[in-house]
Formats: sequence, structure tokens, C-alpha cells
Amino acid sequence: MALLEVNDLAVSYGQIEAVKGVSFSVDEGQVVAIVGANGAGKTTIMNTISGLLRARRGQISFAGQDITHWPTHRIVAAGIVQVAEGRAILANMSVAENLALGLAAAGSRRHEGGPTIATMMERFPILGQRSGLPAGQLSGGEQQMLAIARALLAQPRLLLMDEPSMGLAPLLVKQVFAIIAALKAEGRTILLVEQNALKALKLADYAYVLERGRVALSGTGAELAGNQDVARAYLGGL
Amino acid sequence: MNWQTLPQQLANGIFQGSIYALFALGYTLIFGVLDILNLAHAAIFMMTAVAAWYLIAGLGLNFVVALIIASIVGGLLGVLLDRVAFWRLRQQHAPHLSALISSIAMATIFEGMVVLLPTLGADADSRIIGADLHHFPAGSIPSGNLNFGTMLSLPPIKLLVLVVALLLMFGLQYMLRRTRLGREMRAVAESPKASALLGINIEAVFAKTFFIASALGGVAGVLYALTYNTLTSDMGNAVELKGLAAIILGGMGSIVGSVVGGFIIGLAEVLSIALGGSNWSDAVAFIVLFLMLLVRPNGLFGARATRTG
Ligand SMILES: Nc1ncnc2c1ncn2[C@@H]1O[C@H](COP(=O)(O)OP(=O)(O)OP(=O)(O)O)[C@@H](O)[C@H]1O
Ligand SMILES: [Mg+2]
Repeated sequence: MALLEVNDLAVSYGQIEAVKGVSFSVDEGQVVAIVGANGAGKTTIMNTISGLLRARRGQISFAGQDITHWPTHRIVAAGIVQVAEGRAILANMSVAENLALGLAAAGSRRHEGGPTIATMMERFPILGQRSGLPAGQLSGGEQQMLAIARALLAQPRLLLMDEPSMGLAPLLVKQVFAIIAALKAEGRTILLVEQNALKALKLADYAYVLERGRVALSGTGAELAGNQDVARAYLGGL
Repeated sequence: MNWQTLPQQLANGIFQGSIYALFALGYTLIFGVLDILNLAHAAIFMMTAVAAWYLIAGLGLNFVVALIIASIVGGLLGVLLDRVAFWRLRQQHAPHLSALISSIAMATIFEGMVVLLPTLGADADSRIIGADLHHFPAGSIPSGNLNFGTMLSLPPIKLLVLVVALLLMFGLQYMLRRTRLGREMRAVAESPKASALLGINIEAVFAKTFFIASALGGVAGVLYALTYNTLTSDMGNAVELKGLAAIILGGMGSIVGSVVGGFIIGLAEVLSIALGGSNWSDAVAFIVLFLMLLVRPNGLFGARATRTG
């Protein structure tokens, strides 16, 4: 059984149907990518899984439980942690406080030998050096490191990453993908949304191409990355 | 002005200011965390004083015990206020103005309800609290004066008000900076969405914020009623605008700022009476506010946390 199963999910904003019956699943230990153009509905799917938006139709189940109507805090408590689009760090709070909130989010899932703020600052030394600063004073790349570190402190069973490379300089994009590759090597379960489609497909075990709220194609990351149609239609300039 | 009375006037101003400060603490907490200008705060100030009056005049409780119990009642009224006036609007992402209007409606309802409450003891013939003046029974509040030299004499209750205001300010500041709940409140103040994604139960934080803020406003109401030994259904009106002036002066959302703002308004008011007569005292608070905002548009401790999502 898959860790996350999304079945015939439809989500609307008022009259506008942004997601129109999408189904997919994520197995334990897999990296699954969702790629697609601007406005395809990627963020909408992520936020519905996290309980920030309500499904109009369909089910979302996680570890065998139907979480479709759960509130966000309960979904986080169950182990689904999202690194939101546009680095949702708390800009007025210090780096250390942002990390402390991540640790608190682990709640009862916290286990012996799990990450601590200290180990996270070792992994991302820049965060250690900046720990007392308001997070808003970090550069874009540093803020993304903070957002990822904070999510890891929450000890996710499933990590949702919504365009972690958005708005970053090429060198930093490389760095972010290196971090995701390292997380994959650790055996983490990740649902990754990216516009940087080729990079995401190369990393993913399995991937879905989303087009105007529907799954247009799916396959292993390698298959889709090598697919001429996909390359022409969705990977355009890359 | 008679310089002999200056110390006494200053002391009165500080006392007056500590009432405004206490009132403004809760006001600013709700504004800072929830972004709501809660115009029912003054009604809770009054309702809590009424609760204390029942406890003291009706049950004969000691005023300190009554203060503590009444503040809990005030806190619970705040939670009720949130559920009735704001919760639904929040779910619908209603604009701020709706919440403002909704809080005015609740204030009016609270004031209307108090008029219908049964009265006690000596007032039994009038049967309802009404808009009448009520007093606490003789001997229920410590009387007499503490004298400091020849120029300054204070009733103990006024000193108590000052001490309570300062303690609660430091307590609230500590809670916000150092406790888990405080951290969650600041996170929600900055971004409800990011907070939810960090597993924070936002509705629980809202309820706790309303409880704390309303308990603080309630303490202010009880102390105000005890010091002046009067209770009316419109007693909140006197502090509402001054409290608003205090939090704007202090820089909306700043805890220390609201307290300092409260003291400045209180002092300005009392000194203006000493200097020019009581006709001016209500205007002075706003003249001070006006001048202050010309110099520092964001208030004394301005630059409050702005929401990012
Ligand atoms: N708050 C909203 N209100 C109304 N429509 C919205 C809202 N948010 C998104 N939409 C619409 O829903 C559709 C899907 O948006 P969504 O943000 O999920 O796309 P996306 O794939 O994440 O795009 P991007 O790559 O730009 O992040 C778009 O057509 C968008 O205009
Ligand atoms: Mg998006």
C-alpha cells in the first residue's frame, strides 16, 4: 500500500476548477515529482494535501487513514510536512526560533537520535552563523535552506516540497537539488513540485505531468525525461 | 498651577495611566496577533467589573479573590466573543472591516445584556443593574491613605493598580518572548498559513489569545471599578478611546509601547486638568497623539510585525 494516495481529487476556487480529478500515489522511500506549467494546479494539490484547501471531490489517504477533511495541524502531526512555495519562513522571527518551531512540529513523532537544532546547524553551517538574525535578513538561498532545515526538524514521514528552486540563482538551484538528492539517498519520502522539470525528472523515481488541472502523462522519471513529446511540450527551454 | 501639588498630580497621572496601560495590553495583543481591532474589549472590561461586583457584593468574597475569579470570567467572555463575532468571518476570509463592525455589535449586545442582569442587596428594589451607578459595599475595598511626606498621599488600591499593571506587562512580555505559546502567537501574527504548516493549531492560539487579552482587559475593569468605587454599564466608554490612543501612540501591536502610551495619556490628562481645567482633559489625549504621529507616524515602538501570508 502506498504511503500517500490521492484519488480523483478536484479542487475549486469559487467557480474556477483548478484541479479536475487527479489521482496519484507516493510509496514509502520514493521521490515523486509533479511537473507542469504555471497555473497547472501544482500548488493547489500540495495545499489540499496539507489541509489548507478543501477538496471538492475525491479522497486523500495517508498511511491508510482518510485525511481528506483533517485540519492542517493534525495532518502535520501525522507526519506530512510541507516546504511551501516562496519560502514560507517567518521573517520577523530569528533563524533559531524558526528552527525551534520546526522541532516543536515533530511533536509526538520525535524520536531518540532524531535531528536537533544543533545537528541541523551542522548540516547547514550558514544557519548556525546566522542563528540570531531575523530570518527575513537572510538571502533567498539561505531562506530556502532554513525552510528545508525547519521541515526536516519536524521529522516528516512525507516531505512536500513546492518549487524549492524557485527564484534562485543557477548556482543555488544546483545546491538545492544536491540537498534533495541527499535526502533521497537517506531514503526519505518526498513529493516534489518543480518548474525546473528536467532536473526534477532526473531525480524522481516516478513523475506526473500536470496539464490544466489534469494528469496528462505519468511514468518513471527517466522515461519522462527521455520522452520527446514531454521535452517539447513541457521542458521547452530546458 | 500649584507646585505643591505636583507630586500628587504626577502620582494620579501614573495611576490613571496604569489603568489605560492595562486596558491597552489586551487591546494590543489582539491587534498584534489577530490583526483585529476589537472594539468589544471595553465591553469585556465592563462585564468583568460587573462579575467582580457580584462576587464581592453578592457572595461577600475578598476583593483579591474576586479579582482573580472575575478575570477568568473575562477571559471566557473573550473566547465566547471570538467564537460569536470573529470565528465565522475568519473562515470566510472576510475583510477587516467586517470584524470591526462585528466587534461593535458584540459590544452593544454585551452592554444591553448587563442592563438586564438582576441587581443585589440595597439595590434590590430597582431589580436591574441598568445604567445606574453601583457601589461596592463599605469595607470591601481597603480604605485609608498611605502618606509619603506631606505632598503625596495615595490609597493602597491605586498602588496595587500600578504594581499589577507593571507585573502583567512584564509577564506578558515574558510569555510572548520565552514560552512556546508566545512563540506560536508571534508565528500566527506573522503568517497564519506558515504557522498551520508548522503544525500549530491556529484556532487554539486564537482562543488562548482572546482569553489572555480579555482577562487582562477584565483586570483593568475590576481595578477601575474598585478604585473609583463605581460601576455603570457604560464605564467602558471612558477608557476605550484612551486605550486606542495608547496603543496607537505606542505603535500598534507593541506590548511595551502600549504600556508607555497608556502612561503618557494618563499623565497628559491629569496634568492638563491641573494646568487648565477639566474641560480639556479628554481632548489632551488626542492632541498628544496627533503631535506624536506627526513626528513618528508608526508610534513610539512602531514597525509592528507585518503579515506575509
Ligand atoms: N487563490 C486563488 N484564487 C483563485 N484562483 C486561484 C487561486 N490560486 C490559484 N488559482 C488558480 O488556480 C490555478 C492553479 O494554480 P496553482 O497555484 O495551483 O498552479 P501552479 O501549478 O502551482 O502554478 P505555479 O507554477 O505558477 O506555481 C491557476 O489557474 C490559478 O490562477
Ligand atoms: Mg505553484
